[in-house]
Amino acid sequence: MAVKEAAAEHGAGLDSGTHEGTYSGGLWSWITTVDHKRIGIMYAVFAFFFFLVGGLEALLIRLQLGSPENTLIDPDLYNQLFTMHGTTMVFLAIMPLSAAFFNFIVPLQLGARDVAFPRLNAFSLWVFVFGAFFLNASFLFGGAPDAGWFGYANLTSTQYSPGVRIDFWVLGLQVLGVSSIAAALNFIVTIINLRAPGMSLMRMPLFTWMTFVTSFLLILAFPAITVGLVLLMFDRTFGTSFFNPAAGGDVLLWQHLFWIFGHPEVYILLLPSLGIVSEVIPTFSRKPLFGYPFVVYSGILIAFLGFGVWAHHMFSVGLGPIANTVFSATTMLIAIPTGVKIFNWIATMWGGSLRLKTPLYFAIGFIAMFIIGGLSGVMHSSAAADLQQTDSYFVVAHIHYVLFGGVIFALFSGIYYWFPKITGKLLSEGIGKVHFWVMLLAFNLTFFPQHYLGLHGMPRRTFTYQEGLGFEAMNLMSTAGSLLLGFSILIFLWNVLVSLRKGAAAGRDPWGGATLEWAIDSPPPHYNFRVEPTVHSRDPLWAAGGLDVDVNDPAAPEPHMPSPSLWPFILSAGLVVAAAGAVAKSLVVVLAGGAIVVVSIFGWAFQPLER
Amino acid sequence: MTEHAATAAEQHHSYTGLPNRKLLMWAFIGSECMLFGSLLITYLVYRGRSVVGPYPEELLNIPFITVTTFILLMSSLMMVLALAAVQRNDMRQGKLWILMTALLGLAFLAGQAYEFTHFVHEGLGLTTNLFGASFFLLTGTHGAHVAVGVVWLLTLFVMAMRGRLSSADAETVEITGLYWHFVDVVWIVLFTVIYLLV
Repeated sequence: MAVKEAAAEHGAGLDSGTHEGTYSGGLWSWITTVDHKRIGIMYAVFAFFFFLVGGLEALLIRLQLGSPENTLIDPDLYNQLFTMHGTTMVFLAIMPLSAAFFNFIVPLQLGARDVAFPRLNAFSLWVFVFGAFFLNASFLFGGAPDAGWFGYANLTSTQYSPGVRIDFWVLGLQVLGVSSIAAALNFIVTIINLRAPGMSLMRMPLFTWMTFVTSFLLILAFPAITVGLVLLMFDRTFGTSFFNPAAGGDVLLWQHLFWIFGHPEVYILLLPSLGIVSEVIPTFSRKPLFGYPFVVYSGILIAFLGFGVWAHHMFSVGLGPIANTVFSATTMLIAIPTGVKIFNWIATMWGGSLRLKTPLYFAIGFIAMFIIGGLSGVMHSSAAADLQQTDSYFVVAHIHYVLFGGVIFALFSGIYYWFPKITGKLLSEGIGKVHFWVMLLAFNLTFFPQHYLGLHGMPRRTFTYQEGLGFEAMNLMSTAGSLLLGFSILIFLWNVLVSLRKGAAAGRDPWGGATLEWAIDSPPPHYNFRVEPTVHSRDPLWAAGGLDVDVNDPAAPEPHMPSPSLWPFILSAGLVVAAAGAVAKSLVVVLAGGAIVVVSIFGWAFQPLER
Repeated sequence: MTEHAATAAEQHHSYTGLPNRKLLMWAFIGSECMLFGSLLITYLVYRGRSVVGPYPEELLNIPFITVTTFILLMSSLMMVLALAAVQRNDMRQGKLWILMTALLGLAFLAGQAYEFTHFVHEGLGLTTNLFGASFFLLTGTHGAHVAVGVVWLLTLFVMAMRGRLSSADAETVEITGLYWHFVDVVWIVLFTVIYLLV
């Protein structure tokens, strides 16, 4: 039904809008693929798998906290669970889910046939996949990392964390950093150089813009944590004293290095979502984005200010009134560009012809939940208020309102929006709306009470609480909500399964979108655009007469695409072998991994891109 | 279209006209600035905070490092000559200057190896104090970058010897040069901060 409406509205021919064969081929073709679309899909599948893993860890935490003095999970396992929940959701779920969209959507929005470096793209994927499994393998070897997702020194020293748990964390995050930096470099070059003719920077779709900004954040923020991790690795492996106060070392250096990375990281998680919402709202309001330049510049400003606020994570360490005041002020400043975006989205919907499809539901849900998270964020930008809130459940509520109520809702909006383009099938609107309402309700049931728990003094990262402190009812509420939240994810998975099997065919443009990805078949052919489009405006498909060429012209010659390559896969494996050797303190294994890396770099460099 | 369809890369013109690989190297250098910046900050934070000796002023040999610094800077000159030769397809000179760049890089590394060994003899190991840890990590990371550059240059040299490098590859040599000059510039900063501001 929905399809027919849409097709009738926008004249997208259902008969010509599907393309078979983009995803055909066996396992080998997926391992050696350099096609940005297949890489995007693998990013999505692996990221969603780890989203489920992180979710299960969260459910175990909530079950433990469901009643006072519960003994379901012992303190040691509890520490591992909250550490791995945070680490998994940040590095193995949200970042790679965003990367899945970068990969699939950005080249299409640019009017490009692939990214600038297709093999480097495959490398980023496989490093992420191997690194993710490596990090989780720690569960099988004496337990997972247990020092919190920000691994504060000197809790991570060999004195307080003997064994290999922290080594898995240190090496795993370094490996994952390589993946992120490689991907970001690739997307920077892709967006600068592979834009369709006529697509000036200020004509780029917002999602591509935010990918561009995020990529700069990645290449500039990750080196700081890499250095922090290297210092920690040297302390643990070679016995240096970077974070050993007895030898003059400074534990606060870790916090500075971590948060100089860690706060931009927050925007690395968030900005792609702001981009998704900025695509979905105009499409379903049938109106160009209100104040496009403001939305672009505020995104850049958020990223820029994001580098100047890191010490608001450190108000309680006693940096002194001047530092605290400066970082309070810069933190409050960030609310301005964020507010600008929110008003622009609302103004886009205002007077628009709203079509309340599932992607728009999630986008509006995002705005509402993100405002709540943003407001509690402004609350603890004040150093004085933060001292009351830090390390309490108030902060847990805040981060989940921005990262789940914000980012995850926006990512689901993107999934419902682009699923038809990626698979050629529409997701069910009915199940989608049930998914939305259950998730919205469950999310608020889970996390809203945590504001109060925090203000009443319940500390984070503590495996239980005593009876009679007044925490029981709200914890029970939160636990019930989390189970319902897990159920809402099952509804989504059911929707995917049902829709893949018997969903309505999407056609080229089920939503009447304005950007180039809607001009080609769903799923797109492996070369994307048979004929290169030329762009004359911000909303090329909404221009009178549409594109001036037929991008699907079957008479045009079929473009040659880069050949598959196994080297990115082998090179990634070599990196993880070396990391495993470092954890096992085996020089032989490290050298073997290093040898694989060197051989595959040369193999890669001398293998022609097209054979 | 002619007999052979144009490749994807050929058809898709670069929007800015800049080669993709060169842009990649510039972006990578941006990232590397943050890496060395973070290491340098670590070194500066720990300056004067070692609780046991040996201390920097007892060990750092400025005249010796001035010589190896001069050698590394000269290697950048060789790199410029190499690129100019390759661009005019003078591969005899191109080979010579590429090899000279790599050899001067190796000479710098030899100087660093000597310096490290000397420090260890004087009692400064990686774990002796904060100066040792932060000094060896910072200069060692830089040395590793020089070593990668040397391997890269020697690879180009072997390709040139086999006749597989010509003016058509000038862009490759230019990108190698970008990396090499960057590593040199980093050393100028490290030399100033570690040795001259001791």
